[in-house]
Amino acid sequence: MTDVLLRVKGLKTWLGEGENPVRAVDGVEFEIRRGETFALLGESGCGKSMTALSLMRLLPPSGRIIQGEAWLGGTSLFDLAEMDMRRERGGRMGMIFQEPMTSLNAVRTVADQIGESVRLHDPENRNDTRSRAVELLKAVGIPDPVRRLDEYPHQLSGGMKQRVMIAMALAGRPELLIADEPTTALDVTIQAQVLALLKDLQQKTGMAVLLITHDLGVVSDVADRVAVMYAGQLIEQATTKRFIRSPAHPYSQKLFQSLPTSGKRGGRLAVIKGSVPKLTQDFKHCRFVDRCDQSMDICTRSEPDWREQGAGGGVRCHLENYPDIRIDQSVTPDSAGTKAVHKSEESLLETRDLKVHFPIHKGVFKRVVGHVKAVDGVDISIAPGRTLALVGESGCGKTTVGKGILQLVRPTGGSARFGGEELTGLTGGALRKRRSRMQIIFQDPVASMNPRMLVGDIIAEGMQAQNIGGSAVSRRGRVLELLEHVGLPADAADLYPNEFSGGQRQRICIARALAVEPRFIVCDEPTSALDVSVQAQILNLLMDLQQEHRISYLFITHNISVVSYLAHEVAVMYLGRIVERGTVEEVLDSPAHPYTQALLSAVPAIDSGSGREVIRLEGDMPSPATPPSGCHFHPRCLQASDECREAYPVSVSLSDTRRVSCFKYRR
Amino acid sequence: MISQLVILWTDALVFLLLLFATLFGIYASRKAHLRGPWRQVVRNKVGVGTLVVLSFYLVVALLDSVHFHPMLDRAELKGADATQSVEVISLFDRLVEGLRERQEKTYSAPLATRLYAKENIELPDGRVIRDFPRLTYGGAHLTDPDSERLPDILRLSAIGIIKGLVVSLAVANVLIMLLAMRSGRSFGAQGRAVLRGATEIPWKTVFYTLALMLMLIFWSAELAAKYHLLGTDKVGEDVFYQALKSIRTGLLIGTLTTLVMLPAAILLGIMAGYFRGWVDDIIQYTYTTLNSIPGVLLIAAAILMLQIYMSNHADEFNSLVERADLRLLFLVIILGVTSWTGLCRLLRGETLKLREMDYVQAATAFGVSNLKIIGRHILPNVLHIVLIAVILDFSGLVLAEAVLSYVNIGVDPTMNSWGNMINSARLEMAREPIVWWSLAAAMIFMFSLVLAANLFSDVVRDAFDPRLRGSR
Repeated sequence: MTDVLLRVKGLKTWLGEGENPVRAVDGVEFEIRRGETFALLGESGCGKSMTALSLMRLLPPSGRIIQGEAWLGGTSLFDLAEMDMRRERGGRMGMIFQEPMTSLNAVRTVADQIGESVRLHDPENRNDTRSRAVELLKAVGIPDPVRRLDEYPHQLSGGMKQRVMIAMALAGRPELLIADEPTTALDVTIQAQVLALLKDLQQKTGMAVLLITHDLGVVSDVADRVAVMYAGQLIEQATTKRFIRSPAHPYSQKLFQSLPTSGKRGGRLAVIKGSVPKLTQDFKHCRFVDRCDQSMDICTRSEPDWREQGAGGGVRCHLENYPDIRIDQSVTPDSAGTKAVHKSEESLLETRDLKVHFPIHKGVFKRVVGHVKAVDGVDISIAPGRTLALVGESGCGKTTVGKGILQLVRPTGGSARFGGEELTGLTGGALRKRRSRMQIIFQDPVASMNPRMLVGDIIAEGMQAQNIGGSAVSRRGRVLELLEHVGLPADAADLYPNEFSGGQRQRICIARALAVEPRFIVCDEPTSALDVSVQAQILNLLMDLQQEHRISYLFITHNISVVSYLAHEVAVMYLGRIVERGTVEEVLDSPAHPYTQALLSAVPAIDSGSGREVIRLEGDMPSPATPPSGCHFHPRCLQASDECREAYPVSVSLSDTRRVSCFKYRR
Repeated sequence: MISQLVILWTDALVFLLLLFATLFGIYASRKAHLRGPWRQVVRNKVGVGTLVVLSFYLVVALLDSVHFHPMLDRAELKGADATQSVEVISLFDRLVEGLRERQEKTYSAPLATRLYAKENIELPDGRVIRDFPRLTYGGAHLTDPDSERLPDILRLSAIGIIKGLVVSLAVANVLIMLLAMRSGRSFGAQGRAVLRGATEIPWKTVFYTLALMLMLIFWSAELAAKYHLLGTDKVGEDVFYQALKSIRTGLLIGTLTTLVMLPAAILLGIMAGYFRGWVDDIIQYTYTTLNSIPGVLLIAAAILMLQIYMSNHADEFNSLVERADLRLLFLVIILGVTSWTGLCRLLRGETLKLREMDYVQAATAFGVSNLKIIGRHILPNVLHIVLIAVILDFSGLVLAEAVLSYVNIGVDPTMNSWGNMINSARLEMAREPIVWWSLAAAMIFMFSLVLAANLFSDVVRDAFDPRLRGSR
């Protein structure tokens, strides 16, 4: 095949010295053809990024390539001298990273940074880097590129920074662009912009893209072919179409089943039990066998070989040798857990016009010169045993709403009533007493536990503070009970949090919140730091707890598929205000507000071929310190009229459960 | 021998600090996050090597911190009702009594047998010549010093080194035996493992450093018994003895100062970071103001005030030693007052970061009180910063003492300290012929202490700093 651009053979990369190095990449082989997008899919810690860094020869100091070859066209990358390799990096191979904030140098202008790449890798334009930089910025779709040239990274938004990163990578006119989770740190609407840009650039320049991601949605959106990586190996490779239609490896199948969707509502999500095995061992068996529910005798005895399957496809599984035993793995929704909870009587929690404004201080005397209106008049209500999902892009004030209700951040106005009692005025002991009724689960399970405390003490802390649970002995009993409840062994109580994986830590956090028997829990993106398979475990647990204890959730998230699976009602937030709310069916099936429509259309869908039309939102969310006049959304809205520029639309009721703030709808 | 213990202020504080350190050690050994880094420290070759050196300094300082009135011989005390002198000496003084008591007339060079200055000597036949007289003690056992001195020194050195070797071999064997008992291996196997460097703690390095130190000690003990190893000073006092006595002063200033500054730094730093608002403003303004006063000025003012007080109330002090001790205490306190700001600022910054951590928020959501949050969540998480700061500050403070004593606002002139030695060396350096050994002795002792402390603190910081942990 002449059109093969990159060929990787038997790549092995180990990290660390000593007797047990981490075998981060353990015999990876793949090919990328010119002009195609090749996705490397996998959970965190399975060696995706290490593969990319090995290709660029940018491994961390402890890493080294043990064996393998990588051919870029006719060049063997691993045999190049460092001098020549430097020419390839940023020349024929460009790379963009996950975190646009840290990938740009904060003290140099955009022109400087792009110019540097141009000077190094584009000799023809060496003398006129500026005009080439303008060209590049135009190519990545940055409006008013001439003005942007002299700006510093902090003056750009996240999406813009990622575009500048892409522009820098394009400066050397690369034949291969390695994109390491390019959109993970970005919001859905910005993600849609960046993915569309990548596709567009690829069509224009004919470069190949190696896309590294953990997001099945992104894969199905942009990739031509996909390879699934697990524990340092490729376990399946196929065209995207075939992969989505019929994943061959049990792991890939499970990945699809564990995705929360509206179709699986009420049922339990399939979970992959356990976690990725430690890569310090020398595997003598299938790496997935401990977590596989189709494992056979042979799986524990020998490692499966790579079996070709059609053009460029293949799978690494013993099941391929025994096609007969293949169990039908079509999704069977568990009908047992129906939505028993009906729209109920009284609301448990109700906010009226809740406002949280942060003052901006300036000058020597710290005069207040303005306010960041993080939350600016939010009305929500949650009934017992129901889940309200609060969705929106980052920075729209979702988290502040949650903290404002719990009085972790003091609201500046409005009211929050819990079980009929006003919370906003409470202080000291009165507030402390009510703390046990309301709890919070945080996004980052690592940061939400004191690394210096034992798990048992962490869980007991709330009981101790609330003086419940009786003596130390009975409290201890309760801790063990809770651990069992969230599916952890009892001896976990005497370990430190760092001895657990991300999913297990989130379980501990849930156990901690449950310890004080709350009736209401704010879940602040509890699964966004977790892998898909682990996310399913946590979502199942949250569902079970709700049905058992009739707990209400305020589920703060930006992940629409989680919303459609878990929530009863949805509130969409934009710039501190709720623009639309209603039941999950109403809002997700027929979004009324233009922002909701755009947000939903930007979510990459897995069932490709449905002819989804992405409503492209231009630009980013404005700063909540200086919101636009009139409707906050009008500068980005495609349907904005003059009216929208002048006044903020009042909330209009569309049905009993549904309200929307838009001039399109009138009483 | 010991009749009545005298507990000086600084002695009490030293042993209080030792108690704290032991308690902290016990506490740390039960906490995995503290035990881990310390284990890393003792598994590091530089770490254990410097630890051995530092522990020798520590032993000297502790021995020198047990003071008492010595008993006098009955014969000297006819008629007196007291059986003790007003003199206060330490256990260490008693141990090296010879060094303390063998005073010459004036300067003599290291290992010399004659004074450094010419004097009129009356010969047995009545003639008076002007020559370098023999020392009263240094090399007094030699009949013809000019020819016998060098062989004698070599002989003594050899004896000392052999003694040191023998003792260190014995110590090593005992240690290996203990190790073998603990690990359940045979003596031979354990010994081979140690020599191969196959043990987790690099015992080989420990043994080498220990042997080196022991040989040095026995060598100097042999020579110091017959000569003045580092010469004598203007009034004929042994410089080696002075340098040894200075160890206590240096170590005390390095450690006690931190004891003084820690409460203020920790309490105020955490309060400022945790409560923010006006508490933060007040604390910040306090340390900014304090920081903008030159530290030396503040120290000079305090010490001068104390001097005036002491000269006005001379009767309150029983002995010179007590006077000097009070001044040392004051110096420690004032150094503590001027040096807490750095750590305070560090802790404030770290607390600002920690208070926004989710687990602090979670604790707030449980209604845990502020005091408990600080004690349970903030303090344990800034402890590594405190530890690193204390160990890094140590060598700086030892050097600061030298500088302050040099400009006469340090410890009492009667107290032995490296700073005072350097201060007196100022005049000696201007003499012709030059008297260099006071300065050299102070430098050697201070240098090896500060170097060991610095190397050790590097190892400790590497072990405790979470940002460095992943890089190796």
